[in-house]
Amino acid sequence: MSILVDRNTRVVVQGLGKAGTFHAQQCRDYGTHIVGGVVPGKGGTVKEGFPLFHTVAEAVRKTGANASMVFVPPAAAADAIMEAADAGITLIVAITEGIPVLDMARAMRFLRDRPQSRLIGPNCPGVITPGQCKIGIMPGYIHKPGPVGVVSRSGTLTYEGVHQLTALGLGQSTCVGIGGDPIAGTSFVDVLRMFNDDPQTEAILMMGEIGGTAEEQAADYIRKYVTKPVAAFIAGQTAPPGKRMGHAGAIISGGSGAASEKIAALRAAGIVVADSPAELGATVQRAMRR
Amino acid sequence: MKIHEYQAKELLAAAGAAVPRGILATTPAAAQQAFDQLGGGPVVLKAQIHAGGRGKGRFLLQARGPGGEERWSDFGGVKYVRTRDEVAQVAEVMFRYPLVTKQTGPEGQRVSKVLVQEAADIAREIYAAVVVDRALGLPVLMACAEGGVEIEEVAARSPEKILKAALNPDVGLLPCQARRLVYDLDFTPEQAPKAEALLTALCRVFLDKDCSLAEINPLVVTPRGEVLALDAKMTFDDNALFRHPEIEALRDLAEENPAEVRAAKAGLTYISLPGNIGCVVNGAGLAMSTMDIIKYHGGEPANFLDVGGGVTAEGAIEAFRIILADPRVKGVLVNIFGGIAKCDLIAEALVQAGREVGFRVPVVVRLEGTNVERAREILAAARSELPTMQTAVDMADAARKVVAAAAA
Repeated sequence: MSILVDRNTRVVVQGLGKAGTFHAQQCRDYGTHIVGGVVPGKGGTVKEGFPLFHTVAEAVRKTGANASMVFVPPAAAADAIMEAADAGITLIVAITEGIPVLDMARAMRFLRDRPQSRLIGPNCPGVITPGQCKIGIMPGYIHKPGPVGVVSRSGTLTYEGVHQLTALGLGQSTCVGIGGDPIAGTSFVDVLRMFNDDPQTEAILMMGEIGGTAEEQAADYIRKYVTKPVAAFIAGQTAPPGKRMGHAGAIISGGSGAASEKIAALRAAGIVVADSPAELGATVQRAMRR
Repeated sequence: MKIHEYQAKELLAAAGAAVPRGILATTPAAAQQAFDQLGGGPVVLKAQIHAGGRGKGRFLLQARGPGGEERWSDFGGVKYVRTRDEVAQVAEVMFRYPLVTKQTGPEGQRVSKVLVQEAADIAREIYAAVVVDRALGLPVLMACAEGGVEIEEVAARSPEKILKAALNPDVGLLPCQARRLVYDLDFTPEQAPKAEALLTALCRVFLDKDCSLAEINPLVVTPRGEVLALDAKMTFDDNALFRHPEIEALRDLAEENPAEVRAAKAGLTYISLPGNIGCVVNGAGLAMSTMDIIKYHGGEPANFLDVGGGVTAEGAIEAFRIILADPRVKGVLVNIFGGIAKCDLIAEALVQAGREVGFRVPVVVRLEGTNVERAREILAAARSELPTMQTAVDMADAARKVVAAAAA
């Protein structure tokens, strides 16, 4: 078992530019079932072995795609997300960074009327179930199947966490990057609920960062509902207020979003929080022994 | 991206909001002229800087040094004045000395524009702002009967006093939402339509211009029953600037950190911090974590720097140029997790950066990920050429080494 993606996931790629094509090939090499790409105007042709379709609806009709990976540039990405939902895609993974916040607000309103579709991201590394399916830009080989569910707002920090887990012999059930934007399709709470219900997942590593209150909400949810050990890390303890730290969502503003508040909320909920990012894997081990 | 108060008020006025009469001045003489044009009555001189806390800030007349102790003005960046002579005296100080507020840092900010605004009598002050509510995934108008105060304090102390209306981004503030807020804020029936118009204009600007914050604080009621945006603040979603050249044109580069502007041009995200250990990292989360681990091992980071996913030689060279241009920097930590970006190529980029820029301080390199063995060979081979460079096996090792090297 795993969450969100597995061997049976059939992925269509939206936006086959240079980056989209490269990563689609990487995913295919990993073993992901990529059924084709959507490039309006190029339907009926083939690129790097991927059959192309004009629209997501056409791709769904002809291939039975049930997931999409979005690489469409920022100005058109929210529309691409809505197109996927409108075509009945159940899992939309939006890698694109730099989508205007109000475009995402509109897309989220659209998705609320289509509850069968789940959006992961945007501005995220994607989702991987080791050994089965990778939808995203993460380096596949650092992952290994196993008991730890990983959820994070970051990209390379997630790879760091996964690398440490794998080095300690702790494989992963599924790793989910929920993204670094202020408005995200999937929250920590959503993923925690899925990991808690997933029989393969025995422990959870959650990596948050400054900005917003998603970690506080997660702490509250874990305290009430999660029965599995959870280890956490919050990036940005040294970040100054009012400055956007790379991610559009990583900003301490309006008196909220500081790392110290998040860490306090997590600890109060009984979650083991790593003091140092060098101890992500070790902290999961500690949480599992308790 | 931030803009000045006078620019925010122009955007509000264009959307139909009532703002006080005001004229922008760039010299003390122009400030006096503006005073005349406004009718010679009392005015408020408002120094235009992006940093907050203007009112409570002070102008630094003389820095501490051989010349003696530091001296400060007895007024801040917002000053009520009655006479023509007083306008000249105050404007003289505003244009001549840096304004230091809790947000500018100790060196303060130079003022090149002063808004001369007709003074308004105030019967009531209200707070109003639009922000994005992350949990709702929507913009939300917030209003509070306690204006002119730190809204964060109200939010912490008595959150029930903050009234909210979630906005449909395609529609804006509905008339019924505006009415509910305005009557809950105890506006009189005579004032209500004016207040509704002001709040509607605020929401319109937020949505039309892709703001990340649009704030009127205070929104005032005068004794004659006028409803005015007395002060305004706006920031914009950087990701949406591509569709707003008219907003991009309002950018004031004199207000931005030159190193941050330079980095942005090279596709790097750089933020200057007060410490002495520079950081070069790929990815925002790992970059923040690298700052954190430096602090954890007893050091202080000099910057946040995200070189992005694909690390190029050009990017690495520019990153080192920016970091090493800061004389405070006594050591640099390079922390790269090469996933899709391969470590051997990154190692080559670093060696090239060392050759081009020259590593004048200890540089500790931690690479992990794809082709890391090959990368270590490349770095080892460059050892004699780049004697200040060391390698580390993991993040903790790298942080300990760079903290020790910077302290030596």
